[in-house]
Amino acid sequence: MKAKDIAELMDEPACSHNKKEKSGCAKPTPGATDGGCAFDGAQIALLPIADVAHVVHGPIACAGSSWDNRGTRSSGPTLYKIGMTTDLTEQDVIMGRGEKRLFHSIKQTIESHSPAAVFVYNTCVPALIGDDVDAVCKAAEERWGVPVVPVDAAGFYGTKNLGNRIAGEAMVKYVIGTAEPVELSSERLQEAAERGIRIHDVNLIGEYNIAGEFWNVLPLLDELGIRVLCTLSGDARFHEVQTMHRAEVNMMVCSKAMINVARKLQERYGTPWFEGSFYGITDTSQALRDFARLINDPDLIERTEALIAREEARVHEQLEPWRQRLNGKRVLLYTGGVKSWSVVSALQDLGMKVVATGTKKSTEEDKARIREIMGDDVQMLDSGGPKVLLQTVADYQADILIAGGRNMYTALKARIPFLDINQEREFGYAGYVGMLELVKQLALTLESPVWEAVRRPAPWDSPNRIGVPLNPEASPAAASTDGVKEAV
Amino acid sequence: MKEVKRRKKALSVSPLKTSQTIGATLAFLGVKNAVPLMHGSQGCTAFAKVFFVRHFREPVPLQTTAMDQISSIMGADDNVTEALATMCEKTSPKLIGVATTGLAETQGADIRQGLHNFRKKFPQYDDTSVVMVNTPDFAGSFETGFALAVKGLLDTLVPTDKAKPNSRKRQLTVLCGANLTPGDLEYVYDSISAFGLRPLLIPDLSGSLDGHLDGADFNPTTTGGVSVDELALAGDSCAVVAIGESLHEVAEDFGERIGLPCYSMGHLMGLDAVDDWLMLLSQLSDQPVPERYQRHRAQLQDAMLDTHFMLGMCPVAVGGDGDLVAGFSRLLQSMGSEVAAAVVPANNAAIRKLPDVDVMIGDLEELEQSAQAASARILICNSHGAESAERLGIPLLRAGFPQYDVLGGFQRCWFGYKGTMQALFDLANLTMTGHEEVAPYYSKYSQKQDQPVAAQRAGHH
Repeated sequence: MKAKDIAELMDEPACSHNKKEKSGCAKPTPGATDGGCAFDGAQIALLPIADVAHVVHGPIACAGSSWDNRGTRSSGPTLYKIGMTTDLTEQDVIMGRGEKRLFHSIKQTIESHSPAAVFVYNTCVPALIGDDVDAVCKAAEERWGVPVVPVDAAGFYGTKNLGNRIAGEAMVKYVIGTAEPVELSSERLQEAAERGIRIHDVNLIGEYNIAGEFWNVLPLLDELGIRVLCTLSGDARFHEVQTMHRAEVNMMVCSKAMINVARKLQERYGTPWFEGSFYGITDTSQALRDFARLINDPDLIERTEALIAREEARVHEQLEPWRQRLNGKRVLLYTGGVKSWSVVSALQDLGMKVVATGTKKSTEEDKARIREIMGDDVQMLDSGGPKVLLQTVADYQADILIAGGRNMYTALKARIPFLDINQEREFGYAGYVGMLELVKQLALTLESPVWEAVRRPAPWDSPNRIGVPLNPEASPAAASTDGVKEAV
Repeated sequence: MKEVKRRKKALSVSPLKTSQTIGATLAFLGVKNAVPLMHGSQGCTAFAKVFFVRHFREPVPLQTTAMDQISSIMGADDNVTEALATMCEKTSPKLIGVATTGLAETQGADIRQGLHNFRKKFPQYDDTSVVMVNTPDFAGSFETGFALAVKGLLDTLVPTDKAKPNSRKRQLTVLCGANLTPGDLEYVYDSISAFGLRPLLIPDLSGSLDGHLDGADFNPTTTGGVSVDELALAGDSCAVVAIGESLHEVAEDFGERIGLPCYSMGHLMGLDAVDDWLMLLSQLSDQPVPERYQRHRAQLQDAMLDTHFMLGMCPVAVGGDGDLVAGFSRLLQSMGSEVAAAVVPANNAAIRKLPDVDVMIGDLEELEQSAQAASARILICNSHGAESAERLGIPLLRAGFPQYDVLGGFQRCWFGYKGTMQALFDLANLTMTGHEEVAPYYSKYSQKQDQPVAAQRAGHH
């Protein structure tokens, strides 16, 4: 990828980070950086497209340590779970055989897996030695008649965030708009006519169906007569991505990762978009309202409100016993990006108090919004790192740390309850139903007896136990408690 | 104990209970150069033999008084005499442990008379000790039979007037319960040794039924275990410890009779139980807890944190003998798991001491039903639980007797920090295979061409 193209991707007018000197796609600092590379970001953004063969063009490190590593779920094909890489060797690099190997790899992929399409992810080494991945993809597509999409995402181009955008860019450039949506069946049309409703088409961008959590939400959209043309990219199919240009509204879910897709679809096709989330009751309702508002169908708006009222009443009732258990618990939330907003809403719905939140990537406007939502006394953490996190937990007497899996063991080693909210997790928290799973997982760790057990010193180290005279245990339960005269 | 529910139905279906006779036999198998002798019809012994052989995958010495029609009616005391003499003649065992069966007890056998006649008629076999216990299968269960045999061994082989309490200041007498595996016993032995004490395990299955290859091709008696001579010194120790609630009473009686301090432990599973055990050894020996165990403790704590995500609030059903169910229940509760169903074959001290668990005296059918009702996600039971687990659609963790469909289950070590840690890992892994995911939802408007047609039609609601 040319420097000009990278610079263009870095300049994202729809991103609020763009306006300040503190950009979301800031340069990493050698020696003080964690987080993935552009390849990581690109792969993560597109891998959930289930019927596509995802071929990583590079030596083994790129795919070898990252394949089959996500909690995303498919309702159909599982091709996306198969790791594929050209596994370049030293000979390939020196003799310039990378392109040839890639071409044959694409052939093998198509012949043995019949994918809907092949995505080829370029990585550092072939980018450096100058493999023309675009040309190979083009030739392969012509030769075998299967779409072959280059995703030029060498790690050194930049951060994971940039990789997300590269992935989005590839979809806009090569895939979206190349096919028309499937016509609704006469059965569906008749059903809609009987109910007197109109069926509307939408997309979700940045929804990854982690642990199948989007299946908590999809039934509600069905009920409202909202057809999801495509979720980019959770449980998506290649054809669905092709038809994304026909949506009436796009929702940017929970993350700015592919904000460029939403913006470009608006520029090219005039599709309005909004930012929302399905974490928490408040945000889920807000997202449903935003769909109805932007679609601007008065009947839909009315039905949406009725559905929200019904679902909120139901979930509030189910949450009541949990709310009492979790009420007043103090949370340190440490997440990157916009995810923190949505989770805050979910936690506040439960009466929990967010005492501190990570703002490493936040602009001044973001911080103002944090104060608005969480009050002035919320602590903002400008830098992460285990020491800062643990100190903050101690200073603010947080009961639990909620963060990505990477910080899990930091918390556990410090004997602090922890909840994983990143993509590797095994539980779905989205939608009204997901709240019930969230409270269960929160209570499970907060109330676990293991915390007391791991904080307690060994009896031989405990000052209380020294000098205690050794007494035989009292005799077995008194006869009076033995009320059972069983014919055993 | 919250409540112990007794059985209400007439028929026991898929029984969980194993007989007292078999329990007593197992205890005798933990003595060196011993042969258990069942006083009853030959079938009692044949069944017991198959039971043990399948569990331990070892040849098991076991004999029978072979009561037939005539002796069953006319009296079988002579069968006892004859059997003892024949066994002494053929195999010269150091110990014969006689356990009566339901048949002999119903008939009204006087086993002491049989022994008296044997001693009178065959003085040449005085070197062979004989221990006799009344263990009819219509009373008690596996654990009580085992306890009776342990009591019989101590009463017979450790006379009060010969004992010199605390004359062996570094020796610790340990009465080991029926559900301790050879692996558990090795842990008990090693941990006591680590404090500079000399363990005297009674009985000691780790010497006899640990599955080892011997020099001899064939052994008519047990090839290891605690010897009769060692056993005779049990009263000379600094203290007696019982592991497993079913032996607490035996240990207290023994301690009182001989004049030894007595300590009672449950199964050594879980942080607290192992802490208490090492603390006891530390105080008895006046030695610090070895570094190695402190390291294992820290490893277990880490494992508890890693596994609490899976095991917290996880409903688990447990079926087995009382000591075992109590041990697992305490372990599960310490992890925040829910003991969704606990079924034991017979009432015992362990389950009466169990806080916050409803224990049911019953069979595998009741275990299955209560596991179903409580939506249990894991079953802990012996191999007979496999069918139940399959019908319930949940994984099975095998523990207790018998384990005939796995290899090595008989010797698995559950005790200590390391044994506990492995148990937690195994339980947590089992939850992951049965992890309840969000079910795929097939939108009726979906463009996807790969959705089940049936689901498309069902998408109307």
